[in-house]
This record gives sequence, C-alpha cells and structure tokens, in this order.
Amino acid sequence: MIFEVTPSQTVGPYFAIGVPFPGGNLIVPDGTPGQIRITGSIYDGHNEPIPDHVIEFWQPDGDGRFADIYGYGEQSTLPGFRGFGRYGIEDGDGSYEIVTVKPGRVPGPNNGPLQAPHIDVTLMARGMLHRVVTRIYFADEAQANAEDPVLAGVPASRRDTLIASATPDGYRFDIHLQGHGETVFFDI
Amino acid sequence: MSTTNEQPETDTDGVRRIYDPVADTPLRYRRDPPEAHPSLDYPPYKSTQLRHPKEPLVYLPHTVTEITGPQLDRTLALKETDHDLTVQAQGEPIGERIIVSGHVYDTEGKPLRDTLVEIWQANAAGRYDHRWDRWAAPLDPNFHGAGRCLTDSEGRYEFTTIKPGPYPWGNHYNAWRPAHIHFSLLGRAFTQRLVTQMYFPGDPFFPYDPIFNSVRDEKARGRMISTFNIHQTRPNWAQAFNWDIYLRGPASTPFEEAF
Repeated sequence: MIFEVTPSQTVGPYFAIGVPFPGGNLIVPDGTPGQIRITGSIYDGHNEPIPDHVIEFWQPDGDGRFADIYGYGEQSTLPGFRGFGRYGIEDGDGSYEIVTVKPGRVPGPNNGPLQAPHIDVTLMARGMLHRVVTRIYFADEAQANAEDPVLAGVPASRRDTLIASATPDGYRFDIHLQGHGETVFFDI
Repeated sequence: MSTTNEQPETDTDGVRRIYDPVADTPLRYRRDPPEAHPSLDYPPYKSTQLRHPKEPLVYLPHTVTEITGPQLDRTLALKETDHDLTVQAQGEPIGERIIVSGHVYDTEGKPLRDTLVEIWQANAAGRYDHRWDRWAAPLDPNFHGAGRCLTDSEGRYEFTTIKPGPYPWGNHYNAWRPAHIHFSLLGRAFTQRLVTQMYFPGDPFFPYDPIFNSVRDEKARGRMISTFNIHQTRPNWAQAFNWDIYLRGPASTPFEEAF
C-alpha cells in the first residue's frame, strides 16, 4: 500500500522563534582549513530583497564525502563537518552568509559520470506554500560544469543563474524568485 | 541498525563511484503527484504573487546529494524539556494543555526513526512571541512556543504544549488563520524535507483560509488535520491530539525514472 504525502504549507513569517539555531550557518566549524564564505541575497519579483526567508544547504566535503549516517559511501572525516547549513536570521536585508568548504565531486544519476561540485539549496519564506530547490555551482569549475549531467538538463540560456561568482573569500550566489534573471529551480 | 557497508568500489582515479546504502535506505525517492502540494502560485494567498517562480521547474534526477541528508541531533544537543513547551519558562503558560503525538512514516508506511521534528506556534491567545507579530493579543511570559524532538525507534514523536489560538492577518478583509502548529521535518534525505502546518479538527475558519485551501484536494487537506484521541489524554492534566506525518518514500522500482 502506498500512502500519500502530507502536504506542504508555508513556513510563515514567524519561523524565527523555532527554526534557526546558533551556528546554523557553519557547515564547517569556523577556522576550518580551506574554508570559504558564500554570501548572497534573495529577491522577489519586484527585485526587492526578501528579509524573512529560511535558506538551507546540503553538500559533501571536499573529498565528496557526506555527513550522512545511513551508509552512502564513506562518511566525511573532516572534523566537525555538518554538511548542512541553515540561515534564518531576519536581519532585514534579505541576505545570507554561510561558512563552508568547496564540495568535492560526487557521482551523477545512476552512479554515472561525476557531477561538478555543487550544493543543494532549499529556500522557504512567507508567501511560499512549498519550498523551492536550487543548486549552487562554481564559476571557477568551467570544465566540470560543462560535463555536469544536471546542468546539461538546464536550458543553456539560464545556466548562469546557478553559477556562484568568485569573491575575495569565497563566492556570491543570489537568488531571484521571479522576473529578470529568475533562478533555475528544480523539480525533485 | 543493520550495517551492510561493503568496501566501496574505487576507480583508478581514486573517486568512489558506487554507494552502498544500508538495506532499508532508498536509492531514489518517489516523485510527489502533481496535486500533493499547493501550487507556489496561488493568488488567494496574496504574498505568493511576487514570490513564485514563473519559469518551469527543471527536472532533477536523484543523485547521492538528494538521497542523503543531515542528522542534527548532536548539533542541537536536544534536552528533555525541548519537547515540552509548557516547562520551558519559570511558570505555567496559560491555555489548554495538550499532548500532540504521532508517527513519521514514509509513503510505504515505514516509520522513520531518529528523525528531527521541530515545531513552533502562537500562544493560547493566538499571539506569536516574535517582534513582528503586532496583533493586539497578550504575550504569555511563560510561553515561547518552540519545540524539538527526535522520533523514537518506531518513528513516534510527542510534544506537550498549549493549544494555539486562531489569529487575524492581513491577507484580506477579516482574514483569520485557523489554529495551527508549524511542523518542520528533515527526514533522512534532502528529498524528504517538509515544512507544513498541523490543524485541529472542526476549526470554523477552514472554509475561509487560503493557506489551508491552497491544498486543492479535500482528502489531502484532511491529511493536515489532527484527530482528538480520548485514550491518549492524561486524566486531570492534558487533552490529546494525534497526527501522523508522511514523507516521500522510495520510488517503486530502481528504474522508475528514465533520464
């Protein structure tokens, strides 16, 4: 017998009382060798920043190993590696910042050819009845990006919305929910 | 927990290409049917207008990034009081004391053990302990309204809390939200992430609430409504409501999806 899933509902405007946790944006402990900062902002259809968003991240470590306990390959041995980040600080300007390491490459669909380094992203907010899912890829991985089986399924004209640009201490990745330069969102 | 970790195969470039999951962990998840969740574009809920993508979603095959997920229990260092929202302050909160419990299953009916359940809610007067909530209802100094727990070995969770009140909001003239508790679930895979709301049976505001009705199928709406359970009430102490939550389960065959 197959049961049906429980439907999604909006995270609403008041998630800050229960969802964020201290250090939630530290995917690796601050001070980890090779750490990077990824920053960005979330914009609505009028290109206004969305201050009340929750954004989450999931990624492997630099060797392509996950902090997953269910046995998919070897577990990450990077000290303190959580692999997961959650930023839900309502600081009013729609921005986020995470501390992490650049992910390694992992197999593609059906354990096929390697994917380019990427981070899975969940974004939720008031006014969103379901999460949206996107991915962060990296501008300095042109060769890997060109071979990536997921990017290959994205219309070429929109691929650049998934590519984070380099900054002095990491990368920048903005998300546009709607309108000019609308970010690619995935059906998962 | 069974562990069947064989040594992963490694190609000559040293990159592991085969993942060996424990026996009960799927390699690919079932796709949600089209009507299972609300549409992101739902005009009766006005805030959706500028916050939904207009371009079509792009199909994402499930890879190892999507079928793995975080385990936050050590990060959050859960305390015994985290699942009892009535003992987190100096005194007793005001309102109807309730026990909210149920199981977290996947769509095959298999319980999800050790999975994080997070809740947050308004107080008995319908007011959130949040600086942006300006409704003219009293705050309760003994009620913050947030809780966390892990499911047990049978996938069961339980919270003790106060029944939240309904409250007005600005979506349209005389709009009220039915009483609800927000739930957040991580499941065990990125694909299973779910944020939703639990409602109470017989709420008179159901017909008027666009967020509840954004789920177009009546049966599906019913899956968000808890049931009163006299057998789980605690005599002379608390009422009880049950609510089971279903997260996506495995795709029925490994080759269900072609790409």
